[in-house]
Amino acid sequence: MRDRYGERAGNVLEESRYGQPVTIGDVTVTLRPAGHVLGSAQAVLEHRGERIVVSGDYKRRRDPTCAPFEPVACDVFITEATFALPVFRHPDDAAEMQRLLSVRDTFPDRALLIGAYSLGKAQRIICLLREAGHDRPIYIHGALEAINATYRSFGVDLGELRAVMETPKAQMAGEIVVAPPSTLNDRWSRRLPDPVTCFASGWMGVRARARQRGVEVPLVISDHADWDELNRTLDEVAAPHVWVTHGAEEALIHAAKQRGFNARALSLVGYDEDAE
Amino acid sequence: MKAFAQLLDALSFQHGRNGKIALLRRYIEATPDPDRGWALAALTGDLSLRQAKPALVRGLVMERVDEVLFKLSYDYVGDLAETVALIWPEQPGANRIPSVSELIETVEQAGKTELPGILSAWFDAMTATERWATIKLITGALRIGVSARLAKTALAQHAGIETDAVEEVWHAVEAPYGDLLAWLDGKGPRPDPSHSAAFRPVMLAHPLNEADLEDYDPREFRAEWKWDGIRVQIVGESGKLRLYTRTGDEIGAAFPDLIEGLELDATLDGELLVMRDHVVAPFADLQKRLNRKTVSAKMMTSHPVHVRLYDILIRSGQDLRALPFDQRRRELETWFKAHSPAAMDLSDLVPFATWEDLATHRSTNLTTGVEGLMLKRGDSAYLPGRPKGPWFKWKRDPQLIDAVLMYAQRGHGKRSSFYSDFTFGVWRDGEIVPVGKAYFGFTDEELQQLDKWVRNNSTERFGPVRAVKQELVLEVAFEGLQRSPRHKSGVAMRFPRISRIRWDKPAAEADVIETLEAMLP
Repeated sequence: MRDRYGERAGNVLEESRYGQPVTIGDVTVTLRPAGHVLGSAQAVLEHRGERIVVSGDYKRRRDPTCAPFEPVACDVFITEATFALPVFRHPDDAAEMQRLLSVRDTFPDRALLIGAYSLGKAQRIICLLREAGHDRPIYIHGALEAINATYRSFGVDLGELRAVMETPKAQMAGEIVVAPPSTLNDRWSRRLPDPVTCFASGWMGVRARARQRGVEVPLVISDHADWDELNRTLDEVAAPHVWVTHGAEEALIHAAKQRGFNARALSLVGYDEDAE
Repeated sequence: MKAFAQLLDALSFQHGRNGKIALLRRYIEATPDPDRGWALAALTGDLSLRQAKPALVRGLVMERVDEVLFKLSYDYVGDLAETVALIWPEQPGANRIPSVSELIETVEQAGKTELPGILSAWFDAMTATERWATIKLITGALRIGVSARLAKTALAQHAGIETDAVEEVWHAVEAPYGDLLAWLDGKGPRPDPSHSAAFRPVMLAHPLNEADLEDYDPREFRAEWKWDGIRVQIVGESGKLRLYTRTGDEIGAAFPDLIEGLELDATLDGELLVMRDHVVAPFADLQKRLNRKTVSAKMMTSHPVHVRLYDILIRSGQDLRALPFDQRRRELETWFKAHSPAAMDLSDLVPFATWEDLATHRSTNLTTGVEGLMLKRGDSAYLPGRPKGPWFKWKRDPQLIDAVLMYAQRGHGKRSSFYSDFTFGVWRDGEIVPVGKAYFGFTDEELQQLDKWVRNNSTERFGPVRAVKQELVLEVAFEGLQRSPRHKSGVAMRFPRISRIRWDKPAAEADVIETLEAMLP
């Protein structure tokens, strides 16, 4: 939290491990991995035999940089819904990486600039590139350094990283550069040789979104559950009540109701007079 | 289909010409026959499948997807083909993905009742990108910004030859171009372009540098008016008749009034114009007839086309291109006298003795449709491309206005970090109204300055566009104005470019709309 937010992280921070219950008043809170980024957690709240799980941001596919999501059976499941439309079905990560490497080989004179959020996405991309066989040094924007160091201290192997700032422009031709998304069309990118701009995000599955950002290579790599993952998770946690928040609530509520869940938008819970 | 889908996908996001060429080359070099040939045919427009209507595709998806979810998704995505591609419930392993050639062959042969089942079975096995590419291909709506010329350039680069060499044989070969690709791979003989009414690469001119005129002997040059239409080539050979643009795109189908009934055994070079009672109409009239697949009888009557002939390349099977211009001109005149086809005439030679004479002609001829002069050496052979020296274009001086910068947009590719597309306007009733948009004319250094100015003087942001303080005056050069109901100001410019940045000039002294209106033809 401190590496990402600095002073804004909060005044009093209390460390907590996965699976270690903490009691606050008469509620027991236990954190379980959410598979979103390193350290991300779902909050399991227990009170007089009733259990509510707040998913936070989560995903279900394998991520070499963090612990996988653990489904917890519960009475109420509060789920995120960032990609809750059936048009969001994130493709296989490895296939996206192979596509990226083929772009690298098509443009040997240009740098491949990947825009990726500095917390989590950037490190995951680096690990996925390593798994795909890219063992050359990866060049990074200074803004990633602190979080890379945190990931390394938790045992995530990122391979050889070099700072863009300390590398001559020509040396980065045909190489891969990872930087925060805001740099893609920023003046910062001028220090790279004719960069091919790539953006790693679940939104890149929709062409208009990719075009809006002006990216040449949209990479559909997301740290949020896609449509199938969201629905599979509802089935696995099997909570009779599902509250949906943060995203396209309407579609997920529709799909959940069709399968017999009592589903509603979190923002409406407690405001609906006809409730129960 | 896998590789072709990836190619279409990558091309659709690639703005740069060189980037597109690199992608095409990689595909051509990595893909076997006949798939790469069919892919080329689809890209160049030689193959156009229109077997499926968007409604068919929509019907297929509605059989498998909940209506509410489809509607929410379509509202979000905004494009039917893409929504279907993304939402289709995959069943990996359900079927085999067809190759490009299998797909084309199957779709072309399938009956109306069979096609839906075939498509569904393919879609089950495909990825979203493959479905998207398939839908684009079968509905005949590729639109990914690749011209036929660009595809040919990629082929030429693959073989290490000039694009014109590919052009020369292109119309002698047919999809999937096995013989052409074998030749380009260095594994077969050059296809023979004779007897096929093939396109012959057009000869183009360089702009004249006026300072060089004194080094040239006026007696060695011929002058003609440069007409503001589009360069075309009409080819009649072995009973075939074709009309090409200067880049080799075939456009005959849209001009039956020109070529139907025409008997021709020659290759002619000329300018396509709209003409009424022997008078050339403004370019805007011609534009109404361009970029169409067919044409209505009404349009043919209201916008009659005509070709003003500049040159003759082949006559009765005899290639005249190596002959000097003067001799070809005599051949052209003889041919014209013998045939005098209805919708054609000869481009006049402009007589002159000195360069001063010619300069006077250039500045005093204000006829609509005259863009300037062409200078051609009397001894020049007809060479493909833009050779330096034999031909020059001497355009009229551009028109200039002082306009005020209003909006700036980030460019693409190399310019994606620069505000490089500029919308400018002039005064009308105390406010600035937009009159045009320009993205060239400035040097790299000026672009840096403009970019910096835009960033420091923004007033609002709309995605990649910034509104700026209406303070910076740009001198804009352009080649004529047209009336345009689509523009708020009522006028549209041809080829606007930024000719100077007037850092010194206050915005209040920029031009008014009345000045532009006075320039309308």
